[in-house]
Amino acid sequence: MTLSRRGLFGFGGAAAGGLLLSGCDSLASNAKLKAIVQSAEGASERWQRLIGRDALAPEFSTADISADFKVNGTREPSGAAYQAHKAVNFADWRLAVTGLVNNPLSLSLADLRRLPSRTQVTRHDCVEGWSAIGQWTGPQLGLILRAAGLKTNARYVVFRCADTYGSGPSASDYYESVDLIDAFHPQTILAHTMNGAPLDVGHGAPIRARVERQLGYKHAKYVTGLDVVASLAGHGRGKGGYWEDRGYEWYAGI
Amino acid sequence: MAVSDMIAPASGPAAGATPYLFHRHALVVRITHWINALAIVFLILTGLSIFNAHPSLYWGKQGSDIDAGTRWLQIGSATAVGAPYGYLRIGALEIETTGLLGRSAAANGQQQAIGYPSWATFPSYRDLGTARNFHFFFAWLLIANGLVYLAYALANGHLRTNIMPRLRELRWSNIAHDVAQHARLKFPRGEDAGRYHILQKLAYAGFILGLMPLVILTGLGMSPGINAAWPWLLDIFGGRQSARSLHWIAMNLITLFIIVHLLMVVLAGPFNEIRSMITGKFRIDPEPRP
Repeated sequence: MTLSRRGLFGFGGAAAGGLLLSGCDSLASNAKLKAIVQSAEGASERWQRLIGRDALAPEFSTADISADFKVNGTREPSGAAYQAHKAVNFADWRLAVTGLVNNPLSLSLADLRRLPSRTQVTRHDCVEGWSAIGQWTGPQLGLILRAAGLKTNARYVVFRCADTYGSGPSASDYYESVDLIDAFHPQTILAHTMNGAPLDVGHGAPIRARVERQLGYKHAKYVTGLDVVASLAGHGRGKGGYWEDRGYEWYAGI
Repeated sequence: MAVSDMIAPASGPAAGATPYLFHRHALVVRITHWINALAIVFLILTGLSIFNAHPSLYWGKQGSDIDAGTRWLQIGSATAVGAPYGYLRIGALEIETTGLLGRSAAANGQQQAIGYPSWATFPSYRDLGTARNFHFFFAWLLIANGLVYLAYALANGHLRTNIMPRLRELRWSNIAHDVAQHARLKFPRGEDAGRYHILQKLAYAGFILGLMPLVILTGLGMSPGINAAWPWLLDIFGGRQSARSLHWIAMNLITLFIIVHLLMVVLAGPFNEIRSMITGKFRIDPEPRP
């Protein structure tokens, strides 16, 4: 009797295990469970803001710079407008600062290069798991936002980009967003220079965002505009970024 | 026989050769054990899914496809004599692993180039975003649950009394004896089964105080936000890619622990062992007295 009871226990365990494994994928598509699981993102964000709201990302020496910094995401925007800018070395490129600002701005690449800049050697961490180190130079985002003057209801800065990512029906304009803590963080810059040379096309020419305390997908390339908003609802599918719209965390500090 | 019939009389062990149940695992230990088990299963399945997005490991601060110099492990797929195969490379060593690593069947039966096979990952298909959502949820659960357990186990002495080896238990003769007993599959009987022996203590203490902190801290060491707040974590582990490598090594040791743990439960009497972690009651069959 004891034996059969033990056997039953083992059988029950194996059956439960099998059920768990076969039912696993349905857990991933259960909306209620997804909402519970995604609450962890808020916990990570609040915890990281608590222990290091103003902390600086580690900076490295120029000796640490990667010999070959991997190009990822869009390698070259294919749109006619971008190609036309590229043909004249981005001489007519403008960065539009719009939305909840007192003075909307339109800055040329030359304007951006004339601004006081910050140079930093930082590590770029892709959400996939790899890391590369590069040196980035450009004006602080906070400097530009202060020049534009934020209205009191401003909450986020959305980066508009020149590239369309993905293929077929899932293709859409790349964009990203940060809150005002990261927007005014001293290491958040609009880089026009990488490793001492003008930013190349693969890495986001003529300017890309550096959001050093978050993963690579937050570092929008080919930035054409900054839209200061109160809510993320008005861009893309409303989650605050191309990858966020596809299930990735908006707070990518982890 | 009904379970209530087996409950020990008030006199407990003095009851002679009659089998009796004693209260082995406290409620907090039982609850935290099962939450921990659930969290770890999901953390491993989602972790392998995340690993599949970039199935290479490096030592140091950085590492990507072009850094062959610092890469020490890679799972991949290649083609030889027209036929695709999967491989595991560790240093200069290459092992063909078709069917398991690098190349295996997807859930629909189609062969695909992928690091870990679909049956070992959650979700079973490629979905890095979902895998990360679940991984971080269960990571928070693991940490919160672990803190509850530690607070309990430190406050009431469970850790010191039942888990931590005593100095005299660490004598080589005692360890060698326990190794020999395990090798003969001879497990403690009678009253002696009511406490942990040295190999169990070392395994549990190593898991609770070694592997768990290692896997949590190396996980945090990969977070760029934590790197800014706690840069000392990178100094301890030797850079973000080293932390990622150590996180993977810790995962393997945890998997090994689970396999041995389950094997021992089966060998030592799965009904009694599993019941003791559910109801708390563990049956003792006193040895016949001479």
